Amino acid sequence: MKNRIFINGISSIAAQTEASVFENTVYSYNESVFPATAIDYKEFIPAKSLRRLSKALKMSISAASIALKDSGDLVPDAIITGTGQGCKQDTERFLESIFEEEEGLLSPTAFIHSTHNTIGGQIALYLNSNAYNITYSEDSASLEWALLDAQMQLNLDEDVENILVGGVDEISKTITGFMNFDHQLKKEQFSNLDLYKQESSGTITSEGAHFFALSNHSIETTYAELLDVSVIASLNSDEISENIKGFLKKNQLEISEINLLILGKNGDVNFDVYYSALKENVFKETPQLVYKHLVGDYDTVSGYALWLACKILKLQTIPEVLKVNKKNPEQIKYVLLYNQYLGENHSFILLKKY
Amino acid sequence: MEKGIAVTGMGIISSIGKNLEENYISLISGKNGLSFSEILETKHTHLPVGEIKISNLELLDSLKLNSSKPITRASLLGIVAVKEAILNADLHETQLGTCGFISGTSVGGIDATEKYYKNFQDGDYTEFIKAQHPGFTSKQIANYFEIKGQVSTISTACSSAANSIMLGARLIRSGKLKRVIVGGTDCLTKFTLNGFNSLMILSEKPNKAFDEDRNGLNLGEGAAYLVLEADDVLGAKQVLGRVSGYGNANDAFHQTASSPEGEGAYMAMNKALRTAKLNPRDIDFIHAHGTATRNNDLSESVAMNRVFKDSLPDFSSTKGFTGHTLAAAGGLQAVLNLLMLKNQQIYPTLNFQNKMEESGLIPITDLKHKRLSHILSNSFGFGGNCTSLIFSSNEK
Repeated sequence: MKNRIFINGISSIAAQTEASVFENTVYSYNESVFPATAIDYKEFIPAKSLRRLSKALKMSISAASIALKDSGDLVPDAIITGTGQGCKQDTERFLESIFEEEEGLLSPTAFIHSTHNTIGGQIALYLNSNAYNITYSEDSASLEWALLDAQMQLNLDEDVENILVGGVDEISKTITGFMNFDHQLKKEQFSNLDLYKQESSGTITSEGAHFFALSNHSIETTYAELLDVSVIASLNSDEISENIKGFLKKNQLEISEINLLILGKNGDVNFDVYYSALKENVFKETPQLVYKHLVGDYDTVSGYALWLACKILKLQTIPEVLKVNKKNPEQIKYVLLYNQYLGENHSFILLKKY
Repeated sequence: MEKGIAVTGMGIISSIGKNLEENYISLISGKNGLSFSEILETKHTHLPVGEIKISNLELLDSLKLNSSKPITRASLLGIVAVKEAILNADLHETQLGTCGFISGTSVGGIDATEKYYKNFQDGDYTEFIKAQHPGFTSKQIANYFEIKGQVSTISTACSSAANSIMLGARLIRSGKLKRVIVGGTDCLTKFTLNGFNSLMILSEKPNKAFDEDRNGLNLGEGAAYLVLEADDVLGAKQVLGRVSGYGNANDAFHQTASSPEGEGAYMAMNKALRTAKLNPRDIDFIHAHGTATRNNDLSESVAMNRVFKDSLPDFSSTKGFTGHTLAAAGGLQAVLNLLMLKNQQIYPTLNFQNKMEESGLIPITDLKHKRLSHILSNSFGFGGNCTSLIFSSNEK
């Protein structure tokens, strides 16, 4: 018998706040790259350290603290981080210093903070935690792999009961800007809220940190039960329906039992066909949501979708700005998340109401 | 003890050889792979590095890959090593379809980023823009072998490959996969060479691990992978050894330095012993991380003494042969561990002269023949990341 996995604490730092989405006061942006909304990092990080930390580190340490507090101060037996692109700001700073100084005398500070696992390492330092600490950097499936690792450990009962899992990616001036040159970003100017009206290739991007306190034990304020996670590296659009059916079957569920489908549609005409295949056929009768018009697309943005799903399962209410079709579920029990980027890293996350 | 997960194949490329055979010959003849940069374009040509003297074009050619393909050096090295591991394990094309691939890398394709950084804005070499991110390198290796299912990348600096092996073992234990290729790859880059140089932990001499007069590490490059298979699909296949234990812990002391008491290393070694259900006295040999920095070797020595007390087994660091290959290091060590188990011999720590005053520990300094059943292998990285794996011979 597998141990069950509950999501007991959550946090989101992204280009929208909880209020902006749930109280329908969404922020709009007119650039293809836009930042996460600022929070008061001083609440979580001593002022003297703040200066040295990149946005990824500030967001992660804060989001980790919020999720743990939300879970009733759970003490993690493992800290598992996903980041597709890691600490780009420090990488960029060190790379540019190599060019400027022509490999001369360089300050090591940016290099020290440039490794992908700086994030998990800094969280361990802040929590003073010697726990298992792993970082996945598998592009747009980085957070999903962190969840898979957590799922295996919690299911296998390896002396582990509580795990902190999070996904984070930051924007940096030059390296994020490179996405303009290989068609990852849209060229035209428009408001993010009109993302799906643009019939062009590419998308919009941003940054964020989403952390989740997982446990074998539920608490009064548990958000949801994490039933399963799956990642497939590459699929054709005509294979997606069969794969989703297989995933649900493995979890003894029928398509009709899914009350809500959250899709990672990002407005890229070349790749949204993966979502259309589900939207218009297999899940035609299922209420569907999208979210990347609000928070952009980046490697760990599925953390935002997972955060949304947790909120919706608990509140049993769906913000209008997310809805794709006019279908409204009577009750929301099972939620399925599907995401992919450029036709790669297809991920499914399945949640159940607690 | 735990039976562990079967290893049925392995492959390696490093500065001491482009395959298993060449690496083995270098190891038993005490031949190191350190030289000065010729392929990496850098100003620091006085710093010894473990560079593989095969250019990207030569690698592309040997793999029959089109030279216009945007492929990173780490991917090329990875493909060479994975190819050998697949052959070694006799994996068939049909089996690769459902086989997983877990790879560790720290720099990924940043060699391309540093080369083309100023060209991208002019629309040149833009196919290399995504190469900077670690997943790109793994995906290229997976695509070469048409592995389409479970592909993942771990990036925990110098413990990445060791953590990939741990994840692979767990994927098989949990029943999620029957077969998985695990390991890591990293190439030399200006980014890492200048980074470690700015930290002032690179030696201008061949590194002297565990020596009183050690003064830093030499960077290296390489790739090494294992094929892990579940027992119920093994058939009559030869088993090279087993991954019987694994443990990861965080030192939680400093972003780059290890704690004086080696807390993370101590906990990782103990966790590995616990998952393998072994006692410290069951370990016949410790393949140390031993980078030859002042800080690592002292901290690791303290941790080893804490775990093994007065029964410390033989130990050695092989960084003197290959240099420190960063994310690939745990993979290289894994392959060497399996060679040691197969040949019942220990590869020495090169360049050792004087024991450290603080620890009094003396590593193995000459090729040694010994009965080996269990090897504990350490890999530590930035961010306080400490991983220990246990490799056991297949009998019992």
